Parts: sequence; structure tokens; C-alpha cells
Amino acid sequence: MTSLVSLAYLVSGICFIMALRGLASPVTARQGNMFGIVGMTVAIITTLCLVEASSLWFIAIAVALGGAIGAVVARNIKMTALPQLVAAFHSLVGLAAVLVAGAAFTNPGAYGISTGDTIHISSLIEMGLGVAIGAITFSGSLVAFCKLQGLVSGKPLVFKFQHQLNLALGILVLLLVVWLILGQSPYAFWSIVAVTFLLGFLLILPIGGADMPVVISMLNSYSGWAAAATGFTLENPLLIITGALVGASGAILSYIMCKGMNRSIFNVILGGFGSEGGAGAAVAGLGDRSVKIGSAEDAGFILKNASTVVIVPGYGMAVAQAQHALREMADHLKKAGVQVRYAIHPVAGRMPGHMNVLLAEANVPYDEVMELEEINRDFGQTDVAFVIGANDVTNPAAKTDPSSPIFGMPILDVEKAKTVLFIKRSMATGYAGVENELFYRPNTMMLFGDAKKMCEEIVKALEA
Amino acid sequence: MAMNDVVNGLGSLAAEQEKLAAFARSLATQAQAMTQSSGVEAGHSFFITGLTVFVLACFVGYYVVWRVTPALHSPLMAVTNAVSSVIIVGALLAAGPLEMTEAKLMGLGAVTLASINIFGGFIVTQRMLQMYKKKSDVKPERH
Repeated sequence: MTSLVSLAYLVSGICFIMALRGLASPVTARQGNMFGIVGMTVAIITTLCLVEASSLWFIAIAVALGGAIGAVVARNIKMTALPQLVAAFHSLVGLAAVLVAGAAFTNPGAYGISTGDTIHISSLIEMGLGVAIGAITFSGSLVAFCKLQGLVSGKPLVFKFQHQLNLALGILVLLLVVWLILGQSPYAFWSIVAVTFLLGFLLILPIGGADMPVVISMLNSYSGWAAAATGFTLENPLLIITGALVGASGAILSYIMCKGMNRSIFNVILGGFGSEGGAGAAVAGLGDRSVKIGSAEDAGFILKNASTVVIVPGYGMAVAQAQHALREMADHLKKAGVQVRYAIHPVAGRMPGHMNVLLAEANVPYDEVMELEEINRDFGQTDVAFVIGANDVTNPAAKTDPSSPIFGMPILDVEKAKTVLFIKRSMATGYAGVENELFYRPNTMMLFGDAKKMCEEIVKALEA
Repeated sequence: MAMNDVVNGLGSLAAEQEKLAAFARSLATQAQAMTQSSGVEAGHSFFITGLTVFVLACFVGYYVVWRVTPALHSPLMAVTNAVSSVIIVGALLAAGPLEMTEAKLMGLGAVTLASINIFGGFIVTQRMLQMYKKKSDVKPERH
């Protein structure tokens, strides 16, 4: 019986690996998702065989309730709200990990990790760490959710002695784990939960909105490590395999996002980036220079007469929900014989791959959407770079000005295009609080207004 | 006089020896207890197995995830999130026993939360993936 269960868990683990493997290409991705569903089904059915039959009713109700909520939310969520949905889901994994650890602590016999009422020391250590990671994932993701949903200001929240406080709490958690190991005290256990809840809040509060891609990836990773730690506690290899996969995935995404901003993970975690709010705005005396302002008709004229156009979307496009109008505009241009492609910066938007999903939603074929490395060389031969809701990721100061906070960040070389069109609501600086010198270039035209309205007006101009 | 000293010395030596012997005996019993308890630990060496599985899975994850195309990073997050809800396995075991205890309640709570994630995560991933189309599959809309 037990070896059958182990074999079924192995099958399920392999399915999960195949699920991630499928995402190597959009062609195999849907099949990958099916593998994931199969793996999960196998894992659940196998485990249900170990459960008392009369408990099945309760479990069925719990699954039906949770499943219904999940299905309704997932079916109705807008694609622009995806980042906060993912953050909310991460928090649930964290909370589930806390509850499972709590159940294992109060009834260790159910998992066979104790002799009598005494829990094995190794299990206590794993339990302490697992519940800590779970609680941090829960409250951290909750803060990330509130920031992304706009319930809390996206601005970094910094206060004095923040890092010292976090460090002290971290040390306190370790001491509590030691207490837990020594006495198996429930007070120690629940104190760990309480302190790490607080720690999760404090860790994510100082991190600003545009750093969210890193934060979400990091929390993704944490939710994996929480599952793995639970696997160690419950001595369940499937949880360990899956947790490690998810943890590795989140860690790699965090790394990619950090590289996209040329910042270290510590710099992001310590937070406060961009909180100085445009302190560098007056650098190099750009303040008085004039910008060229254009109308939708001007933009339509320029676009129609171009032979190659590269569109650079940013978070502003998501906020304005402009992806459909943008695609319509691109359709018109394509009909007029213009080559249209899209260039995505790795950290554009609020989660990894956010722009790609939005463009896919608007029916933009994925082979027209290019990554930074694929397209950066082509800007030199591009007639028009059409920047919609992006700013810092195009700022040449990242290459030329060593004093700039974004210096060293890889940027999209839109400056090399013959004409640059910028859709922006105002001259305000981007997230990093840095003035974009590009706005003042003679070959740049600013299109002030809401991204969606502007695209619609350009469509009208193109139709005329 | 000198003889007396020697005798006294021998006496205290004997007493010392007795103490030492007692100490050695207590050490022996302690050692025995230790081997017994470590025997329990040895029969319970899941940690090493678990660690092996964990490290290998990390390597698998590393190589598989680097091959994921950046365009699919959002679905990757959504699906890993769904998959990490496999923690439901632990929750089901907690919810399994007959009598209604705190542990069972916590287990049922965790089952509910994990179910939200499993259904929500896989469905939203599916929704996203269905939107990704190749140029040849997108029918141009005629205006």
C-alpha cells in the first residue's frame, strides 16, 4: 500500500516537471498545463485513499467550496489584474502551509512523526522553519496584493531603524525555533507564527510598486520553499519535489527581474527605491528645454508613412487598458504595409511576462512580440518607435549617466529610431524619479493623453 | 609518620577510584541511552533521503525553468502557484482522522485554501495560454 502511494506520488511529481517543461514554447504550453492538472489529480486521489471514509464528506465540502471560489475568480479576473491575483494566490499557499504545520504540531500522530506525543527533533526544526516561511509568504503576499490592487499606496513605506527591526525580529524567530526544539511548547510554535506574520508585513511594505515583478517572483519562490519545508516535516517526497521546483522557478524569475533592472536582490529587498520622488529631476539643467508636442493626427501621419514600427508597451498601457486599441492601430498599419513589431523589456509591467499576456489577450500573435535582446539591434533601422506607457526602460541615462539611479540597467534603444513617439499623461518622471532626456530630443514627439484614447484617436486619423 | 601519610594517601586514592568508577558507570548508561535514542533517529533518517530528493529536484527545476520562454513567464508563475498547492496532500492527511480536533479543523481550512489555489491557478493559466496565438492562427479582422 505505502509503496503504491509512493509510486503514485512519483508519477505526480513527474507530471509537474512536464508541466513546467511544456512552457518552453507556446505550442506545447497547453499540453503542459494538462500534465499539471493530471499530476494534481493523481496526488489528491492517492491521498484520499489514506483518509477515513467518513471524513470524505467534510473534505468534499471543503474542496467544493474552495474550488468554486477559485474557479469563479479565475474565470472573471481581468488580465490587467493578473499580478494581484497571483499575489493573492501566493498568500493562500502560505496560509495553507501554516495551517498544515499547525495541524502536524497538534496531531503529530496523523503523520507518524512522533513517538507517543513527543515529536522528533528533526521534525520540530523543519516544522519551525516551514511555518515561518509559510507565514512570511502569507503576510508578504497580502501586502503585495494590497499594493497592486491600490488598497495601499504603491509608494515604498520607509521608516527609521526598519532594517534593524527586521533583523531583530529575524533573530527572535531563530530563538523561538530553539525554544520550540527544546520544549515542544505550543507557545513557542504560535509565537513563531505571530512574529513571522509581522515580519512578512514589514519586509514587503518598504518595496515600491515597480519593484513588484521582483517581489512577486520572490514570494512565488517562498511559497515553493514553504511547500518543500512542509514536505520535510511530513516526510513526503512529493511535497519536497514540487516545492523545490516552484522555489527554483521563483528564484530564477527573481534573478531575471533583478538583472533587468541592474539591481541586486538585496537592494530590492531592502527597499525604498524611488521613494525620493524625482530628486534627480533637475539634473543636467533639462528643466527649461522645450519638447515637441504632437496630436493624434500628426502621429497617424508619421506612422502611416513609416515602413517599420516598433511598439514599446509599459505599465501605463496596462493601467489604461489600451492593449485592444493598440492592436487595432497596429492592424491598420499592417494593412497599409507597415511592418509592426513589439519590444518587451523584462521588467515592463508588474509581474514577469505581464506585457506578453496583455498583448496576447488583444490577439497580438506571439511571433510579433520580441524580447529585449532579440530586437535591440533593430532600432537603428526602425522608422518609428512607439512608446506607450513606458519610461525608465527607454531612458538613455542608464547608459550615459553614471550618477543616475538607473545607470547600468539594460534599456530598449528607442533613441536610435528615426522618430520616437511617446504617449504619456504628463511630463512626470517614471518610477525611478529620473528625468528622461529622450523627451527633449528633436526627433521625439510627445503625445499627451490617456493611452487608450490616444490609440483610438490615431485609429480614427488612420481611417480618415 | 611517613608511613601514615602513605596509608592516608592510598585511602583517598581508593575513594577517588570508587568515584571514578561510579562516574564511568553513569557515563556507560548515558552512552547506552544515547545509542538507543540515536537508534531511534537512525530508523528515522528521512532527512537525508529528503535532502537528496530536494537537491536533485532543485537541479531539475533550475534546468527546466531556464528553458521557459520569457513570453510565458506569467503563465509560469500562475502554474507554479497552482502546483505548489500540492500542499493539499498534507492538509488531507490532517483532515483525515475521525474525531473532530483542532488539527482536523486546521486541515479542512488548509484543504479549502489549497483548493481555491488549485482550481484558480490551473484555470487562469489555461485562460492565459489559450490567448497565445501564432501569426498564422490569428484571423485578421476586416474593418
